[in-house]
Amino acid sequence: MEEIWTNLVTRPTDLGWGWWLASTAAGALAILVTLLLAQAFLMYFDRKVWAAVQMRKGPNVVGPFGLLQSFADLLKFVFKEILIPAGANKVVFILAPVITFVLALVGWAVIPVGPGLVGADINVGILYLFAISSLGVYGVIMGGWASNSKYPFLGSLRSAAQMVSYEVSIGFVIISVILVSSSLNLSDIVNSQARGGGGFWNWNFIPLLPMFFLFFISALAETNRPPFDLPEAESELVAGYQVEYSSTLFLLFMIGELANIVLMCAMMTVLFFGGWHSPIPWEPLMWGPMPVLWFMLKVVFFFFLFAMVKAIVPRYRYDQLMRIGWKIFLPVSLIWVVLVAGLLILFPGAADYLQSWRS
Amino acid sequence: MSIAAFAFYLFAFAAIASGLMVVASRNPVHSVLFLISAFISAAGLFVLMGAEYLAMLLVVVYVGAVAVLFLFVVMMLDVDFVEMKQGFLQYLPYGLVMAGVIVVELIMVVGVWAFPSDAELARAHPSPTAAQTVADPNGPTNIEALGLILYTDYVHYFQIAGMVLLVAMIGAIILTFRTREGIKKQDPAKQVGRKREEGYELVDIKPGQGLS
Repeated sequence: MEEIWTNLVTRPTDLGWGWWLASTAAGALAILVTLLLAQAFLMYFDRKVWAAVQMRKGPNVVGPFGLLQSFADLLKFVFKEILIPAGANKVVFILAPVITFVLALVGWAVIPVGPGLVGADINVGILYLFAISSLGVYGVIMGGWASNSKYPFLGSLRSAAQMVSYEVSIGFVIISVILVSSSLNLSDIVNSQARGGGGFWNWNFIPLLPMFFLFFISALAETNRPPFDLPEAESELVAGYQVEYSSTLFLLFMIGELANIVLMCAMMTVLFFGGWHSPIPWEPLMWGPMPVLWFMLKVVFFFFLFAMVKAIVPRYRYDQLMRIGWKIFLPVSLIWVVLVAGLLILFPGAADYLQSWRS
Repeated sequence: MSIAAFAFYLFAFAAIASGLMVVASRNPVHSVLFLISAFISAAGLFVLMGAEYLAMLLVVVYVGAVAVLFLFVVMMLDVDFVEMKQGFLQYLPYGLVMAGVIVVELIMVVGVWAFPSDAELARAHPSPTAAQTVADPNGPTNIEALGLILYTDYVHYFQIAGMVLLVAMIGAIILTFRTREGIKKQDPAKQVGRKREEGYELVDIKPGQGLS
């Protein structure tokens, strides 16, 4: 962010700011198109994994191997009629899915997919991500309230309480990562995991293993994924805040949710699994576009884990969910932050090694 | 007009307009939504000043947590607007008097306010200010600069603020916490620690006899 603003403030760009605007817009568009295309196939992948676990075939009709299923779904949603309930608060009703969608996508502005390949290499990148993910609650609350119906409203309250609760522990996990990497910049956090020549044994998930599991489970809860998909438990809780939504508005909610999941996978990759670095520090593995491939591979791996969890874990009851969030995750993550900070002071040698990437 | 100036006017107007709408809008939920918009505009202004860390904290704390609580409470309220407007004329004179007093006070404060120049500011605060951080990319970052001041010069205020918050939190919990007797409660540790033998009994039934 600093870079952008210094560019803006002190150097109204050498080529005129129209050029700057055009190039930035083109970059953002490139990220968006890649992301949305990737999501279409990730959705397909998700359904295929789910089907495979249950020994079904999954989508296999549209296109070769059913590869185009997501696009068929997209068209189906778009060509339906948008229904707005009579008593609904129209502006907020339409705004809610748009907010969910937009917030899920703007987070990608700061994710470094490769060395130097990042939309905005801002100093407080990780805080930006945290802020964006904490804003995601509003889409849910506004959607539930604007529907002017009891079920969506109750669903949205349930969902918002869940998302707010798990944000707390995510915040503490992020703090412990910052302590180990001693930077808030996401590129720096990725680079810090190449300390001592690199390799997967230097990635953050080893010194912070419990925090990684905590983050993974919290990410499941934060994105309303099974086993914490209480907001939209179709079979018993009437699909929560989305009851009154149809057509494109519903589609926006759905894409937004999926984008949030992919964003969480990217966050796990960046924070704990070395971002674009290859697991084995060998020069040919980092040649040319390989770093981006590593990044994508890791994101897809985490997405696979999300899909597997969806397939094999039964749904939690709501009070159990809240209990885990507040009575287990919060104290454990808090204690771990204190522990990590204390250990870094107690063992200056280890701390020096962890921060040796700066030199 | 540079982009920075454009962004400043955008955020500033958005902040003021949403601030007005917080007061003016008839629906309290809309008020809170405009409040959130005002917070976000303020965060944008912070970024323009180079205080990116504060901007993000504003969004995380106020928009991500405090405003959610506001929204929760306001949505749950069953407000009767007709009844609310009935008292409006009755309280109008008091409101006007209060507003007048505040306006006069503000005018008196701002009238005698001498803004220090940048040079004076730099002399008064040898530690780097946010504006200098933007100008000098090699200087300490926002969060480092904040930490350098907060944990040295102001460490006592910082700790006192922390204690006040802690006391407030404990107070809130004590005020709302009540132990209720005779409700069904689950103890997960007990449930997990339950032995197989406690839960069932194997009865060997002879054919044709049944259980008595």
